[in-house]
Amino acid sequence: MATVAFRNIDKQFGSNVVLHDLNLDVHDGEFLVLLGPSGCGKTTALRMVAGLETPSSGEILIGDQVVNDVAPRHRDVAMVFQSYALYPHLSVGRNIEFPLRQQDLSADERKRKINEAAEMLGLSDLLDRKPRQLSGGQRQRVALARAIVRDPLCFLMDEPLSNLDATLRTQTRADIVRLQQRLGTTTLFVTHDQVEAMTMGHRIAVLHEGSLQQVGTPTELYEDPANAFVASFVGNPGMSLLAATASNGSIAVEGTATAWSGPVSEGSITIGVRPDGVAIRSSGIPAVCVGLEVLGAEVHVLADVGTSRLVISQPAHAPRPKLGDPIEVELLTQPLIFDATTGARQS
Amino acid sequence: MSAKRSARVREATLGYALILPALLLVTVFVLYPFFRNFSLFLYHAPPYPGLPSKWAGLSQMWETVSSTSFQQGLEATLLYTVLVVPIGVLLGLVFAVAAHQKLKGMAIYRTIFATTAVSSVAVAAVVFGTFMNPVFGLLPWLGIDPNPSVLQNPTWAMFAMAVIGLWQFVGLSFILFSAGLQSLPEEVLEAAKIDGAGAVRSFFQITVPLLSPTIFYVFTVGTIAAMFTFGQMDLLVGPGGASFVRVNTLAYQIYQYAVTTPNPGVAACISIALFILTATITFLNFRFLERRVNYAT
Ligand SMILES: Nc1ncnc2c1ncn2[C@@H]1O[C@H](COP(=O)(O)OP(=O)(O)OP(=O)(O)O)[C@@H](O)[C@H]1O
Ligand SMILES: [Mg+2]
Repeated sequence: MATVAFRNIDKQFGSNVVLHDLNLDVHDGEFLVLLGPSGCGKTTALRMVAGLETPSSGEILIGDQVVNDVAPRHRDVAMVFQSYALYPHLSVGRNIEFPLRQQDLSADERKRKINEAAEMLGLSDLLDRKPRQLSGGQRQRVALARAIVRDPLCFLMDEPLSNLDATLRTQTRADIVRLQQRLGTTTLFVTHDQVEAMTMGHRIAVLHEGSLQQVGTPTELYEDPANAFVASFVGNPGMSLLAATASNGSIAVEGTATAWSGPVSEGSITIGVRPDGVAIRSSGIPAVCVGLEVLGAEVHVLADVGTSRLVISQPAHAPRPKLGDPIEVELLTQPLIFDATTGARQS
Repeated sequence: MSAKRSARVREATLGYALILPALLLVTVFVLYPFFRNFSLFLYHAPPYPGLPSKWAGLSQMWETVSSTSFQQGLEATLLYTVLVVPIGVLLGLVFAVAAHQKLKGMAIYRTIFATTAVSSVAVAAVVFGTFMNPVFGLLPWLGIDPNPSVLQNPTWAMFAMAVIGLWQFVGLSFILFSAGLQSLPEEVLEAAKIDGAGAVRSFFQITVPLLSPTIFYVFTVGTIAAMFTFGQMDLLVGPGGASFVRVNTLAYQIYQYAVTTPNPGVAACISIALFILTATITFLNFRFLERRVNYAT
């Protein structure tokens, strides 16, 4: 077990800047989720820890050793690829055994470890099968077994759940969390799915266009987002961002003053509201209903406020507007306030 | 119903029309000669063209395959194949793996390798004929006076032929392995690296098994091609050469009986024998080698 650290990491492919000045510490034994939209550089960051990609500048540390010049096979990390990357010509047992064959172990010792890992992941009956004879979920578990079998310094997981169907994904999510808790191995887990991030991670690092936005516990990210991007990305759905103007300490949206006021810099701002922080009322900010999402106990009303999109959550039994209906909405809670151009949090 | 049927007829007509040119070519150059062979080998060719052929039945076949020249041809053919194919497969694989590294200038290196496969045997023969020239070739340049010259030396002539064959076959083998390597799942090889496998272990335990369908293919195609080789033998040694009997492969004998000193009956006998031999070896390849091939998905 060990810590993992990124120190001033830059990564370019040609002129394409993929990661910019990344600084991140993964604590010993921690389950850290790297979260961000597609193409933001998550896989690249993970591959640099594995040694499959070299940083353009900066240092990668595993424990207190700078590993920039250490070959992947000497880094003692285990990786679970999105495609699983099982050895197609080897049986499940042999796949799990592969990393062990590099170590100085007796055949009995290897066998014991294989069986232990297989048991932990419910693969004991499948050891003689070839990967192509397995379902997606089983392959995924083989990839996990291959990672845990040699007790590495850390696990690197690149969207290991993205090929599974919804039910299996929820179940495997819990399995991975339990496994990590039991083994206590430092884990860097990459996903673009914020639900996955919120439910699995001790802490989450949000990445956007190659820059780290915020690192924190799921609660911190949800309650105290550092900027507009994190606010809108975290949560299900995330915060709605509305263009607004501030003058004399009060906030107006679409020319309609809101009930909220406080210290705020004058001029254009962006406000963030959660779906449950806003409601349809007989008078308030003018909007147009453009969609309805019935989720069961609650309904999400999608509305256009000027050029911004607003999501309003209301109970299923409440009266619903029809598509195209003009509605008026009112803020129920103090909105978060962001800089209109940079998106930085103001209050 | 009938509209559906007429659409199907039209589609079928178009289909046949599209394969017609290829079908014609195959018929004229492959099917007709192939079956014609089977009627030729049953007759003695007439001493002068125009006279009627004489029925021989299977006797001509037995005479041909039990002749000394056929035995020598068989030895030469097998020796050539054994010299060229395994080494060619191995070298092609090694070079392809080397060229698969992401290094600067690799494209040039790849092109150079690939060109040997597309240069004709005549070009190869001229190049190597120069190297092997007893007066201004490689050996005299090194201060060794080859006597008799390599190409005329009964012991070494076949090795010289094999070197030329190898030079060409390695190019083909290289191209096929390069294509095979391109299609290997990158992440599987990366997984092996992370799992602690060094270059050598990765090569033997991951790359080779994953490439086994390609290896099998190159081996089979190479064997078939080798068994039909006679270009460099004809161009560099020829019937007058002192080492002629050592390089007189079965394919070369067919060529001579068909073109130089025509005797279509004997040519047909040898070509049928060579066909059976090649078919048998290919069958054995499939029977014993293909079982060890891993088809990944
Ligand atoms: N080998 C490469 N050469 C050039 N550009 C690359 C390479 N690998 C990645 N990129 C670019 O780097 C950026 C980040 O890629 P990366 O794979 O890290 O994204 P990601 O966050 O993992 O996205 P996803 O969620 O879709 O997997 C992308 O714009 C991608 O096009
Ligand atoms: Mg990725």
